Amino acid sequence: MLQHNDIRTLTSYRITILSAGLGLLALSLFLSIAFGSTKFTLPELFHFIFVDTEAVKHKIIMKIRLPRSITAGLVGSCLAMAGCLLQGIMRNPLASPNIIGVSSGAGLSAVVIFILFPGLYYLVTPIAFIGAFGTTLVVYTIAWKGGSSPLRLILSGIAISSFLSAGSNTLMIFYPDRVQNVIGFMVGSLSAITWQDVQGLWPYTLGGFILSNILADQLNILLLGDETAVSLGVKVEKVRLTFIFVASLLAAAAVSVVGLLGFVGLIVPHLARLIIGNNARFLIPGSAILGGIIVMLCDLIGRTIIRPLELPVGVIMSLLGAPFFLYLLRKGGMNSGGNKGKKRGKKIIEKGTANGHQS
Amino acid sequence: MAIKAENLYLGYGDTLIVKDVSIDIPEGTFCSVIGPNGCGKSTLLKALSRNLPVSSGTVFINGKHLKNYDTKVLSRELAFLTQSPHIPDQFSVKDLVSYGRFPHTNWMGILKANDYERINWAMDITEITQFADRDLSSLSGGERQRVWIAMALAQEAEILLLDEPTTYLDISHQFHTLELIHKLNKEMNRTVLMVLHDLNQAARYSDYLYVMNNGRLHAQGVPDEIITEPILREVFSIDTKVIRDEDNDCPYFIPLGGVHNGQ
Repeated sequence: MLQHNDIRTLTSYRITILSAGLGLLALSLFLSIAFGSTKFTLPELFHFIFVDTEAVKHKIIMKIRLPRSITAGLVGSCLAMAGCLLQGIMRNPLASPNIIGVSSGAGLSAVVIFILFPGLYYLVTPIAFIGAFGTTLVVYTIAWKGGSSPLRLILSGIAISSFLSAGSNTLMIFYPDRVQNVIGFMVGSLSAITWQDVQGLWPYTLGGFILSNILADQLNILLLGDETAVSLGVKVEKVRLTFIFVASLLAAAAVSVVGLLGFVGLIVPHLARLIIGNNARFLIPGSAILGGIIVMLCDLIGRTIIRPLELPVGVIMSLLGAPFFLYLLRKGGMNSGGNKGKKRGKKIIEKGTANGHQS
Repeated sequence: MAIKAENLYLGYGDTLIVKDVSIDIPEGTFCSVIGPNGCGKSTLLKALSRNLPVSSGTVFINGKHLKNYDTKVLSRELAFLTQSPHIPDQFSVKDLVSYGRFPHTNWMGILKANDYERINWAMDITEITQFADRDLSSLSGGERQRVWIAMALAQEAEILLLDEPTTYLDISHQFHTLELIHKLNKEMNRTVLMVLHDLNQAARYSDYLYVMNNGRLHAQGVPDEIITEPILREVFSIDTKVIRDEDNDCPYFIPLGGVHNGQ
């Protein structure tokens, strides 16, 4: 994959891929709306959306399917972009929204609401958002020591996450009767999504997309190492903080709506990198598109495969995503945002971990 | 003075690496820092390029206090080439060189016609134009080194700090790299401060040498004052025979044998 030594052909290849991705995104959206307990063909969809607005099927499409599919797409994009930014700034392929505490923060907030204040369940989204974002800030503050080394960020993120998870687990053990409510959130689920969720989500997706694309070159320059970046006039700490800020807003917005779907943020950037390469100019939009496609399709599978039961999207993500990820890993061609590489296409995931070091 | 440092103390955490070092580098000179491993040469360069905070002492770049520089403004006056830059995959040579223009762009990072002129000029001078569209990681070590130098040139900084620019290169690439830096110094009046391990190369290309040992400035002077048998014995613990290379008008030493400490 991506063996082009001449970058011009690579660039036109990348643009083709992005356009094809947009096409696939539209196709996924169509499939996601068309399939379910009731099936629609394309003309039917058109008919019930625009013409027959009184029918029950109009309500199914407009009130249930559409917001759910759009949310799935937005959530996938947000998490994938967040993972992409974090892997880039930390020059580490294992970085993901989970690593900076987003999931554990949102998780604990949700557990507290569902178990201790079930009457406030309607506040889960804003409170999980605050929990997720707040945890990231704590992780960053703790990792700060005259500068924020990627390694310290990751380690403090892991420590804080396990600390908060212990809190969640304790609560769930004390109140086993209320755990049922929490499970949907903990695995990531798209049932009961409304337009309100879409409205809460799209500004973050759009804002994050625009901002990270503007800053893409600085992300690229960071790949050259902190010292080179400083020499080129990049305010490394400021840029790193900005990206962490953007990534955690994106991830917090997504996670607070659908629950802990963090795996998307880890694997989608890798898949995207495999397809479109390392350059953030292409990798960020590529991840956004691919994340949207994958979450929409996983949700579609989850709600059709064992009808009338529904498997949460998070479960499908992991069931299908993990083996596929491992397959790609074995096949070769995986690397982080990081380092050199003469043996093209034969890179393994461990490589990037060695890049986190600062001499 | 392009670079002026007074009574610098530098270190990591509580460990002091560089102690009481003062240097004065006039514009347009070619200076090298030499010294044994761990003597603090690279640490000094890191501090001058603002990659390491100064523990105590002051640094002036073009007469202005280093602390008072905005990072982006500083990057228009001083370029630093680290010993081991990360080499990302799937970036074209031209992309990399164009990042050298980052100091001159606004926050949107959009390049203008003038920027492209500079990029082409930098690639031309370092003779990498034929690789412009190649993937950086497909180039050889010597070719890559030229790309990094081109990036620093596109930066249009008057001062070039280079940390062992010839390490990992074969002798021919070492020679071409140093010739290129020498040319930039003589023809474009770039001030060069470089860390070099090869003392004969340092003597040949530098106007002035700083010798560091155990974190302190041990000696400084023109190559003929520095590449001497006593200094090489004290600092590097080797017995040498120093001869004159009249063709290049510089001293040249031949190692004869090691010296045991304390003798």
